[in-house]
This record gives sequence, structure tokens and C-alpha cells, in this order.
Amino acid sequence: MVLAGALMVTLFFWPMWNITLLAPQYPDGVHMHIYINKIGGATKGTLQNVNILNHYIGMKEITPESIPELKYMPPIVIFFIITAFLVAFLNKKWMYWTWITLLLLILAIGLYDFYLWEYDYGHSLDPKAPMKFEGESFQPPLIGKKEIINFTAISLPHIAGVFLIISTLLAMFATYLKSRKSKTIPS
Amino acid sequence: MKRQIKYLISAIVVVAFIAFIAESCNTSQQANTGALTNDAASAVYVAPGEHDEFYGFFSGGFSGQVSVYGLPSGRLLKVIPVFSQDAEKGYGYNEETKPMLNTSFGFVPWDDAHHPELSQTNGETDGRFLFINGNNTPRVAKIDLTTFETSEIIEIPNSGGNHSSPFTTENSEYVVAGTRFSVPYPQKDVAIDSYKENFKGMLTFIKMNEEEQMEIAFQVLLPAFDYDLAHAGKGKSHGWMFFTTYNTEEKHTLLEVNASQNDKDFIAAIDWKKAEEFIAQGNYKEVPAEHYVNRYDEKTHTATSTLQKTVKVLTPEDCPGLVYFLPTPKSPHGVDVDPTGEYIIGSGKLSADLTVHSFTNMLSAIENKEYETTIASVPVLKYDKVLGGVVPKPGLGPLHTEFDDKGNAYTTFFISSEVVKWKVGTWEVLDRIPTYYSVGHLMIPGGDSKKPDGKYLVALNKITKDRYLPTGPEMNHSAQLYDISGDKMKLLLDFPTVGEPHYAQGIAASKIKSKSKKIYPIEENEHAHRARGEKETKVVREGNVVRIYMTSIRSHFSPDNIEGIRVGDKVYVHLTNLEQDFDVPHGLAIQGARNAELLVMPGQTETMYWEPQREGVYPFYCTDFCSALHQEMQGYIRVSPKGSNVPLKWSMGEPDPES
Repeated sequence: MVLAGALMVTLFFWPMWNITLLAPQYPDGVHMHIYINKIGGATKGTLQNVNILNHYIGMKEITPESIPELKYMPPIVIFFIITAFLVAFLNKKWMYWTWITLLLLILAIGLYDFYLWEYDYGHSLDPKAPMKFEGESFQPPLIGKKEIINFTAISLPHIAGVFLIISTLLAMFATYLKSRKSKTIPS
Repeated sequence: MKRQIKYLISAIVVVAFIAFIAESCNTSQQANTGALTNDAASAVYVAPGEHDEFYGFFSGGFSGQVSVYGLPSGRLLKVIPVFSQDAEKGYGYNEETKPMLNTSFGFVPWDDAHHPELSQTNGETDGRFLFINGNNTPRVAKIDLTTFETSEIIEIPNSGGNHSSPFTTENSEYVVAGTRFSVPYPQKDVAIDSYKENFKGMLTFIKMNEEEQMEIAFQVLLPAFDYDLAHAGKGKSHGWMFFTTYNTEEKHTLLEVNASQNDKDFIAAIDWKKAEEFIAQGNYKEVPAEHYVNRYDEKTHTATSTLQKTVKVLTPEDCPGLVYFLPTPKSPHGVDVDPTGEYIIGSGKLSADLTVHSFTNMLSAIENKEYETTIASVPVLKYDKVLGGVVPKPGLGPLHTEFDDKGNAYTTFFISSEVVKWKVGTWEVLDRIPTYYSVGHLMIPGGDSKKPDGKYLVALNKITKDRYLPTGPEMNHSAQLYDISGDKMKLLLDFPTVGEPHYAQGIAASKIKSKSKKIYPIEENEHAHRARGEKETKVVREGNVVRIYMTSIRSHFSPDNIEGIRVGDKVYVHLTNLEQDFDVPHGLAIQGARNAELLVMPGQTETMYWEPQREGVYPFYCTDFCSALHQEMQGYIRVSPKGSNVPLKWSMGEPDPES
């Protein structure tokens, strides 16, 4: 459980999610990184480059200031880290269950929220866009790979995202152990 | 009559027979080269999308530029503007780079670039800088190999025809600039036939200061010979610099005859470590010598030209032990030092043999004062006391020598048009191969350093003739690539070059590739008239000077509608490219501007100067195909008559009044 909390600290250092755009004229790909508190990329100019690509089809400009979640997420993560240590220290079965349930709930909401943002960017297109594609959706995949006009978009967890998954699994495992034995302290 | 017809017929038969033989000889010759091409093709084939193993930097000669080739493919990668204005890139046309071509004579938009020289660390090429000489209006340039842009040009005073330049010492402590043409010292109005009395030869040592910028450390004043080429000592001979001379006859007319009379000319050996001591002791004269140092700053994206007023001059009279002359037969051209630093090869271009001096012998001759004579306070060492060996009758017209990593030397022969491979130490000729035609310099990557990479050799030829499809009277010069990894040299490839490559330098791509910049970070742009974002764009008038702070990003300029400019204004268009993506430059051209385009790299600011001559509305547009909407990347500037009161107005994306 302590490990589960500790692994979440990575969220402050590494991106949680990565959306890669591949096309022949981008041999290195365009890698957009989503952190819990900002949007960046493999280079400083990545976000600008993504916005330049998006403007041809009239997609809204992605500006970190317009996404309030980037402000909410850090305190939520801090809450989970602190409570993880508390749960491990106080070591009560109900606490394990509450913590993991809350985390799974937040993760589910987070993923749905991410989907909504993607839907919004993919569908709220400027009617004056230079390029229009009838019936084409520009929504990137929630997770996995998708062809969007000349690009292949790949959406996958990044380093901190992987750690978050491991962290969740560890917490689930700890909860399971706690429920089965209810005596020893797994840590 | 019958007899005459018989004669005629037999004559025709004979002619036809000769023609037939000649023709079949011709085809069999083609078949010969054809047999070679099969495995040669795979040796130079670099598959699409793959990279070459070496960079080759070729001087542009009378184009004044440097061209960069990939080797072994012979593919042209880039032309770097150095001493000549380049309309393609706006170099020498935009306000930022004009100061690069400033000299004490004013703006000189051309030069003759001969010898590229890579910077070295511990005698090995390090891939940081490339130096190159400007021959005509003596200058030395430095190219930054992270950007492949000219970052510095320094003018050489008291010099005329900067040919023995810019050869480097083994840690690039110095690069040198020896004068090919001796000139009056100080420069003044004198009779040309007062040559012996008034003319002098000057050898210049340029050092890198702490900021790795070039400045003239000192000059050495010598007799009025022609100083042709140079190379630094290395390893054991580190601390010495060697210059070849011709015209030791000190003639000023019909040199092809008059300067070819002496049996031996000299290699001048300069002890530059000793020169440093003389400088430290104050044993020099500080003389007036106005010259400009032009430096391009990567943060301001702007060059500044600074006047330097004096140089320190050392003379052999005041500095005993600074210079020695090594007699070398018949107008030596190249002087090349082997990787160990022991042998100094002097290619007497009119000599039958190749002369090799020994550094060890030179030191003992100096120690034992084995002097033949003294010229202008310079001891002339005894020829047989410095000689290390002779390569007997290797070919005709030896010019230059480079080395491989197996103890072999390769010398070019201009007259017999060939490269000859010989063994250093035994002086035995091992192999020879023809060049097409009349080879000048040759290049082996690292071939003049302590660590040659003995895989390929490039011959840089002066005459092309029939090698490629004819292109009228003027043909590009030709280079040939040879495989020298085996015992026998093998011809692999012919390729045409830009201008007249005199010399080239090669380096493993791995030493440069990873350091090559992709963009200039916009947040580091310190240009005085930058606009770091569209919010910073504006148009400012001060009297008749108008400054347009403009930005470009796919696929528009901001502003793209400008009004309030008047005929007779002095307009500066400062264009900042806001892109931060690799290989997305934007260009700018304005109708009627008597100037070249701008070509602005991501994160860079460049300025076009424009004096509108006629009223009207003039389009401007992006010249570098940047995106799917490149053709839409355009705008208009309204030019009103002189004294008009049309207000200054600028905009981008304003609602159309008609819709």
C-alpha cells in the first residue's frame, strides 16, 4: 500500500498520457504529453505543432489554461498519496476498501472526462476551417490506435500513467490480502 | 584516270579501317570501366532514407561558398554561404548578415574560398568548426557545425592573396593566414619595380580567444616571396608551422618564367611556441593595420562588424630562432606533415622527385647551426642535413599529400593526372591510379590529422572535359571517389561539384550529426526587433523610417494588411518565424523590393530593407513551400504618395467589410 502511494508521486514528474501522431513527413512523430497539471510534448514546440496541424481542420486550439482539470488533478493526487500512507499506517480493512473504491471511481471519471475532451476537440470544429472532411471524425482514440486522415494517432499511458496502473493494481492486491487474512500487514 | 580511282578507293579503305580500329578500341575501353562499375555501384550506394558515413566539406573556390557532400554517395547536402552573397538564403542581402561581408575596403560581396579546415582536439578532427580562407580580399571564416552557418569572418591586414590558410594546429590554438602575393609594407603608392626594396611577405597567426572567437595574435614579417601552402606540425613537431614558398627570386612580372629559375625554394618553419615567448617579452612592434572582425550572434541572429586598429608584428631580426628556411626543390606547392609529425613532405611542383624533410634532422641542424646562408636574418638550413628521404620519380607535377592509418602516403600529380600511393619511411611507390583530369588537392577524412580514416580518398580535379553530359562551354568541376582500404586503389564514383573545389575535408558523420540543431528556441531570440508572438507584432514610424514587426507561422503572416507606407520611406521588415518544428522555414518576398528574399529559420528573426518607389498596393508572400496552405500565405502593403496622410494601419484576419 505504501508502494502504491509512493508510485503516485511519479505523476508529478512524468507525463500520465501520450498521444502520438505519425505521418511520413513526421519521421520522429509528434508526441503530445499530458501531465496531471500541464500539457507538453517531446519538444518545447510540440503543443504549438499540434495546434498548427489542428487549425487546418478547424479544431479548437489546445491551451492548458482552458482545461480546469489540470488545476484540480494535483490536489486529488496529493490526497490519494497521503491517504494511502494513512491507510497503510492505520491498517483497517474498511479503509482499504474505501480507498480503492474511491480511486477506481476517480479513474473512471477521469477517463470519461478525457473522452469528453477528446470528443469536444474532435467534433467542435470551426465551420470556417480551411479543410472540411464530410463524415470524418477527428477524435483521437481513448486508448489504442486510430487512422485520422493522413495521420495515425496512438493514445497510450506514459511513464507516470503506467505507474498509476501499477499503483492501482498494488492497492487492489493489498486490499485483497487484507480482506483474506485481516491479520498481517502487507506493505 | 583508272589508276587514280584505284588510289582513291584504296585510300578510303585505309581510312575506314583505321576508323574501325579506333572505334573498337573506344568500345573496349568503355567495357573496361564497365567491369569495374558493378561492385563499385554497391560500394557507393546509400539506400533511400539512409545516411552517408562521412560528411565532406568542399571549398567552393570562385563561388566563395562551401558545399557539403555525403560520402560515399556523393550527394550534395547543402551549400553554405560564406564569402559570397547568396540570394537563395538572403545571406549578405538581409540586414543581419550584411556586416559579415564588411572589410576595410567596405562591403565585398565575393571571395575565392580555397581550403576548408576542420577544428582539431589532440590532433584529431572534433566536428566543432570549419575554417576557410578567402583568397582575394584576405579573410578567414569560421563555420559553426551545429548550425552549418558562417559565424565569423576576420580580415587579414598586410596581406595579399590569403592562400596558405587556414591550416590549424593540433588543438586549434591557431589557424594561419600566409600571404601568397607579397605587397608593400606598409601598403603604399610605390613603383612596382621597387619590389625588392618595398615589398614584404606576412604570415598571420589567428588564435581562438576564451569565447572561441578568432583574433589576430601576431604576424611574422618575411622576405617578399610567395607563401603558397602550410601545415602545422603534430605530435613531436607540435609547436611548429610550415609554409611553402615560391618566387624566392622576388620577381614581379612574368612569374611563370621568372619565378621558376631557382633550383630550390624554401619551406619556412615557424616556431610558434617561441613566438608566444617573444610576444610575452614584448619583443614585437604594434603597427597600425585596420581590419574588421565580423561576428554573427546566434541569440540576436545578427552580425556585428568591429574595427581592429593594430596588429603585433614579429621580425626575424628581433626574434632569433623564430624562423628557419628549409631548401626544397623547384617551387614547392603543398607541404604536408605525416600523422607522426616526423616527416614534412614538400611537393616541388616542377621537380622530378618528391622531397621529404625529417623533423628530427631539422632540430639537430638547428642545434648544430648547419646553415647554408642567412636571408634577411633567417638561417637557411643545409638541404642534406634536413632531408629525410626522397620518393624518386613518382610522377609529374606533385601537388599535395594526405595519409591513411597504415603508414601510407597518397600524392596527387597534376601533370601526369594521377594519385600515387607510397610508403612513408621506405619511399617505395606502391600503387598509382589515374584521375579525370588533372587533380589538384586530394582528401582522405582526417588525412592531414593525427588520426586518418583510411577508407576513402577524394580527388579534386581541375579539368572535367568529357566526364558528364556536356553543358555548354562551362562544366562543373569533377571529383572522384576511390576506395583505399585495400592494397590497390579502386575508382568508385565520379561526381560534379559546385564552383571550383580546391580542397575538401572529411569527417565521420557521427562526430557532427547528433549536435546538429533543428530549430532556434523562440524564447532565446534576443533580436532587437523580434516579435516573439503575434501579440508583439506592430508597425512603427519614426520620421521616414518604418519598422514592420511581422511574424510567420503556418500559414499566415501577421500583420498581412499594412497601410500608411509612403514612397521614399525606408522600410525595415523584421520577420520572426514563430515555428518551433524542424525544417519549417518561411520566406518573404515583396514585389519590386530591390533585394533578395528572406529565408527565416524556426525561431529566427531576419530583416528585409525596402525603399518603396511607386504608389500602389503590393503583394508579399512566403517563398518556401511551407504547408498545404502555403499558396494562401500572402499579404498586401499599400504604398501612398510622399506626404500622404493615410494613417499607419496594420491587421490580420479582420472581418471582411463585404461579408
